[in-house]
Amino acid sequence: MILHEFISYEMLRLIWWGLMGFLLIGFAMTDGFDMGVGALLPFAARTDVERRIAINTIGPVWEGNQVWLILGGGAIFAAWPPLYAVSFSGFYLAMFLILAALILRPVGFKYRNKKEDPKWRTRWDWALFIGGAVPALTFGIAVGNALQGVPFQLTEMMVPLYPGNALMKLLALLNPFALLVGIVSLTMLITHGAAWLSFKAEGMVAVRARRIGVVTGGIAILGFLAAGLWLAFGIPAYHYVGVVDPAGPSNPHLTAMARGGSWLAAYQIRPWIAVAPVLGVIGIALAAFGLSRGAGGWSLLASKLGILGVISTVGLTMFPFILPSSLDPKSSLTVWNASSSHQTLFIMLGATLIFMPIILAYTAWVYRVLWGKVGADELTKNPNAY
Amino acid sequence: MEFDVVDLSRLQFAVTAMYHFIFVPLTLGLSLLVAIMETVYVMTRRPVWRQMTKFWGTLFGINFVLGVATGITMEFQFGMNWSYYSVYVGDVFGAPLALEGLMAFFLEATFVGLWFFGWDRLSARAHCIVAWCVAIGSNFSALWILIANGWMQNPVGAVFNPDTMRMEIESFFEVIFNPVAQAKFVHTVSAGYVAASIFVIGVSSWFLIKGRHTELARRSITVACSFGLASVMAVIVLGDESGYETTHAQRMKLAAMEGMWETQAAPASFTLFGLPDQEARETRYAVHVPYVMGLIGTRSLTEEIAGIEDLVKESEERVRSGIIAWDALQTIRTQRADTPPGVRETFEANGGNLGYGMLLMRYVEDPRDATEAQIAQAAADTIPTVWPLFWSFRIMVGAGFLMLGFLAYMFWRTNFRQGRYPNWVLRGAVLMIPVPWIAIEAGWFVAEFGRQPWTVDGLLPTFLSASRLSVADLLITLAGFVTLYTVLLVIEVRLMLAAIRKGPVQDAEETDAWNKAHQARLSGVLATDIKPAE
Repeated sequence: MILHEFISYEMLRLIWWGLMGFLLIGFAMTDGFDMGVGALLPFAARTDVERRIAINTIGPVWEGNQVWLILGGGAIFAAWPPLYAVSFSGFYLAMFLILAALILRPVGFKYRNKKEDPKWRTRWDWALFIGGAVPALTFGIAVGNALQGVPFQLTEMMVPLYPGNALMKLLALLNPFALLVGIVSLTMLITHGAAWLSFKAEGMVAVRARRIGVVTGGIAILGFLAAGLWLAFGIPAYHYVGVVDPAGPSNPHLTAMARGGSWLAAYQIRPWIAVAPVLGVIGIALAAFGLSRGAGGWSLLASKLGILGVISTVGLTMFPFILPSSLDPKSSLTVWNASSSHQTLFIMLGATLIFMPIILAYTAWVYRVLWGKVGADELTKNPNAY
Repeated sequence: MEFDVVDLSRLQFAVTAMYHFIFVPLTLGLSLLVAIMETVYVMTRRPVWRQMTKFWGTLFGINFVLGVATGITMEFQFGMNWSYYSVYVGDVFGAPLALEGLMAFFLEATFVGLWFFGWDRLSARAHCIVAWCVAIGSNFSALWILIANGWMQNPVGAVFNPDTMRMEIESFFEVIFNPVAQAKFVHTVSAGYVAASIFVIGVSSWFLIKGRHTELARRSITVACSFGLASVMAVIVLGDESGYETTHAQRMKLAAMEGMWETQAAPASFTLFGLPDQEARETRYAVHVPYVMGLIGTRSLTEEIAGIEDLVKESEERVRSGIIAWDALQTIRTQRADTPPGVRETFEANGGNLGYGMLLMRYVEDPRDATEAQIAQAAADTIPTVWPLFWSFRIMVGAGFLMLGFLAYMFWRTNFRQGRYPNWVLRGAVLMIPVPWIAIEAGWFVAEFGRQPWTVDGLLPTFLSASRLSVADLLITLAGFVTLYTVLLVIEVRLMLAAIRKGPVQDAEETDAWNKAHQARLSGVLATDIKPAE
């Protein structure tokens, strides 16, 4: 097949780097508020009816939202196989925590109201809390580690290695900078969840969610700025040594990379990328401001922009690096050395261009059908309500 | 006890996959049955069909969440536990997984929420379309997953690239239209339909025994036994097709399933019963049925089916060729553009056997240093352990024919005996519920255990595929998964039983009103249901 030659390998890699960002941002914008609502559940909703209101605002949509993560995982596997392999196995126990939390979540939604017993329901409330808070925090911790570099190595055969013992490796992931990024991620998504509840829920649930959202929005902004300063002045960056062939084979051993310098360098080369952090701060600030004024839809929109800004900041700052190796910088994964073959990228792009608009269209239709606030009457009206 | 990371990784994958596949068959089949029932409701507007739709839909929902929850583990686990596998074949194998999300899972997951929450927000017709979207989404999911799995059994359309040290796609068309994958897809989804049909018949039979919800139960049996009978025939026909494909794509797996150590003169006989002995390389007390194996495997009277002994000899040749490929690859890798002329040609000639050369890495670091004894050992390693394969295959086939008989009987009673079922048959139907699951798990065992010692047949040995994690990592996650899954499975079964005991929600007023109107329409002709046989 020569069809794929129509788009250069370099361009396809750039597009897929963008698409990976698109999927992760899509995940954070949609399933992000589900996780935020989970984390808010025990605090924003006190009585059983309130909790059911909160749960039922996301009840019909969380499942579709979660597919952003599943598709993100699948797309990284298809388009960036070494990245998929190294990150998922390198963060092994952290990934297990995320999985365990994500397994609890669907079950919590579906099974909670199957029994009247308050003890049963409280138990599932905590399962939903874990299902929301743990992944939100852990994804941030993973990003915090990626920014510092992760201790892995690729052999000449491209076998990923991660020396060290299981527990020590997990503890090493929980370093102060990574925890800070984890808190940014958690508070950002809680703010997003609060904006969603403000938009969708009736009564005290929305009121309490707004109060919490204002605080978490503030923490997210401060944390984001602090992490930015720390990253700029306290954490060494990674860079290529010598010439890079952006259309070369996907093999890190063919070019030299080293650790050193500052991630700020990216902002000297491409000053326009400063738009991303600015958007992140303004978006979250507007969301918090909106929440303090009792706004729903507008806060949600602002919060989405904030998420777009924050996640883009990470990607644009590190470009072309995706997952640097602190143990062996020569094994670092970048946009130019960690992709699938030219043909696979091309085929997958074709499939995405056909199906993504369809997905967006029917998802929008579903949200339109479900439009409107959820209150106590909704719970009694629908026997399928959670 | 000594633990080994590779064995623990395999155990964890087997456990999580087999758990996952407790829920998947019911999702595949019930989604379709529910959509069929809802379609009948939309066409007739008879309330009992909506009650059926809602009742089986409730059970579908309880089951569906666990299928989704355990499915995320499957997708993440390739990267977590099989990182070299992911690097080595991700260029080919990742694509169908991503396409599954893009084309199927998004559809299924987006509409399943609307199905449960949209009863009052959508017209009956639109709601029915939503049900079909869920059913189509789940079944398309299975298609992509089985294309991925089919490629592991019969890796077509890919080639090794020495620059990136991995397999890369050559023909996406071949990967999708892999005959093994296509046969597997129909075989597997039909098995899901059979499981759901037998589940529906079993639960409905229980209602009939108890004399509850008889109108709903009878209609459910009518739908399920026709659907189930058609499906079980598809399972058997496509199972035969899978066997035929396996004869060519995975000869060692076929020989091991049959406990066939020596090549027989064509047409080979089928071993009905026997005790395979791996050490002695023979199957004791074998009871043969002449000609049958040759006919199933080759569909001819003259073509031979190779026995294990001959295949091992072939493997040994391939191991030797693999060493040559490995040697050429090292030259290409270190010299790159300065590779002497002829080396790339040598690699191309022997590259197909590279995986066989890699089998030696269990014994020596560099396959070129292997001794004659090690080469013989590596060739012998290509034999999977025979007895579990031999037996699980027979369990699967036996269960399949049992279900065929059962569904045919139910179909006959339903359509030609006015739906009168003897009480012992109804009791038997309840006991039949686990049978499809036994067959399905046994079938997956044959497919995956029979592929050993490879993760991708002939390309990549299992022991190299696993992530280089520590035993502690594996023990923590294995214990975690088993605990979490077991707790959830117990909760699920209890909730299912509670929902069945509670039964469908019947709106007596609406039903009466409809019945009256219906009787008026039939102007005096009675449309009552036939009483169950006591």
